[in-house]
Amino acid sequence: MTATPPRLTVTVQRGTEGATRQETFDVPAYENQTVLDVVTWIQQMADPTLAYRFACRVGMCGSCAMMVNGEPRWTCRTHVKKVASDGQLDIAPLRNLPVIKDLAADMDPFFDKWVAAEARLHPSAGRGDDFDPVTSQEPARAEADLGIECINCGICYAACDTVAGNPDYLGPAALQRAWTLFNDSRDADRDGILAAVSGKGGCHNCHSMGSCAQYCPNDLNPMRAIAGLKRETVRAAWGRKRDA
Amino acid sequence: MLDLRLYVAQRLSALVMVPLVLGHIAVMIYAIQGGLSTAEILGRTQGSLLWFLFYGTFVIAVSVHAAIGLRVIAHEWGGLRGRVLDWLMWVVGAGLLTLGARAVLAVTVP
Amino acid sequence: MKVPPRSHPLWLAFLLHRLSGLALALFLPVHLWLLSQAVTSPATLDGFLAFAEHPLVKLAEFGLVFLLAVHMGGGLRLLALEFLPWSDRHKTYAAAAIGAALFLSATFFLRAI
Repeated sequence: MTATPPRLTVTVQRGTEGATRQETFDVPAYENQTVLDVVTWIQQMADPTLAYRFACRVGMCGSCAMMVNGEPRWTCRTHVKKVASDGQLDIAPLRNLPVIKDLAADMDPFFDKWVAAEARLHPSAGRGDDFDPVTSQEPARAEADLGIECINCGICYAACDTVAGNPDYLGPAALQRAWTLFNDSRDADRDGILAAVSGKGGCHNCHSMGSCAQYCPNDLNPMRAIAGLKRETVRAAWGRKRDA
Repeated sequence: MLDLRLYVAQRLSALVMVPLVLGHIAVMIYAIQGGLSTAEILGRTQGSLLWFLFYGTFVIAVSVHAAIGLRVIAHEWGGLRGRVLDWLMWVVGAGLLTLGARAVLAVTVP
Repeated sequence: MKVPPRSHPLWLAFLLHRLSGLALALFLPVHLWLLSQAVTSPATLDGFLAFAEHPLVKLAEFGLVFLLAVHMGGGLRLLALEFLPWSDRHKTYAAAAIGAALFLSATFFLRAI
């Protein structure tokens, strides 16, 4: 006698921006199963036209993030048992981003904001120069180290309600990277970073609701980084005023 | 939507109001017992430079603070942007400042 | 009641801060206008102060004092988060702000009734 294997009821958002619909799939449940496994099962066994994105399957690449039951998750490292004890799964593309198709969100606005936040290295040394020694004992280096494990998955960006209400806001990931570089002794444009994060969509729009830190799969804390940027921008402006 | 200047104005006005709010709550707790009357309020505040400065500062700070706060909410929850948003902020600030100045003058000037 | 997705303690603290600020901003014009009647039309103000003796109005006043205190407490927490060295205990501070606000507003309420 074999027991009927338990089933999952999975609702998936289909379609492109402005023309989305919900489709429900009946998926077999297993003892060990990630949300990405479920999505892959649907594409392999039920509907090969389902579009979604993944690469490494081990939480390194940051490409498989989706909304799972209303919360942003890295699907390759999220066990179904943890998020769907009642056998119901609701899967949608990452929030706060346009949809390309089905579960694949358009990451362009997300990465455009990294550039807008000057969240890229401004080299201070050339090919012929010596390496800059990086010692983890310095306070600035310790602060930078807190943010370097970011895998650009976009989960914090999708979790943030400030981004949802204020589309110009640069968002937690870009600002955290800007803070990391600001604290990196190898970066040559600290003033440029502070100016870039002080505009209309800058760090000062953050309300410290902490959803970024709550959902970051790598346990980073962009809220803390953004608080650091706020402090340093105020300090720099104060200094300019006194020097003037 | 909030740049460095508006942010600093919001935080500075908040900082100024911390002792004022504490004082205001203390006065409320003290004054509420046995009910309030116009005569009682005026007896405390009329002709007092201290209360004039206390509530005058309070009104200026709260006008700045509330105008910027409502600007943020109108943008994030109401979808207002650009000129309309700036206009709303200045109208709220000026309106509160006017109402507040009238109230402070009414209860402190003998 | 089903908890909305993405709600967590600091998010709820944010919501409380926003809603209390919004409510205070809407109440403020009424408050200031009434006080400005003290000299020109003391009867208006006294009429309202008599109305304020009603138990339900007292309860509403208790609510307003709570909103003011909790907005201040929450705001102090945010100022500390932004301008003091980082602390990992902000959930505790948020709860403490609510506790302190309840204490202050309850003190007011007990004196009022």
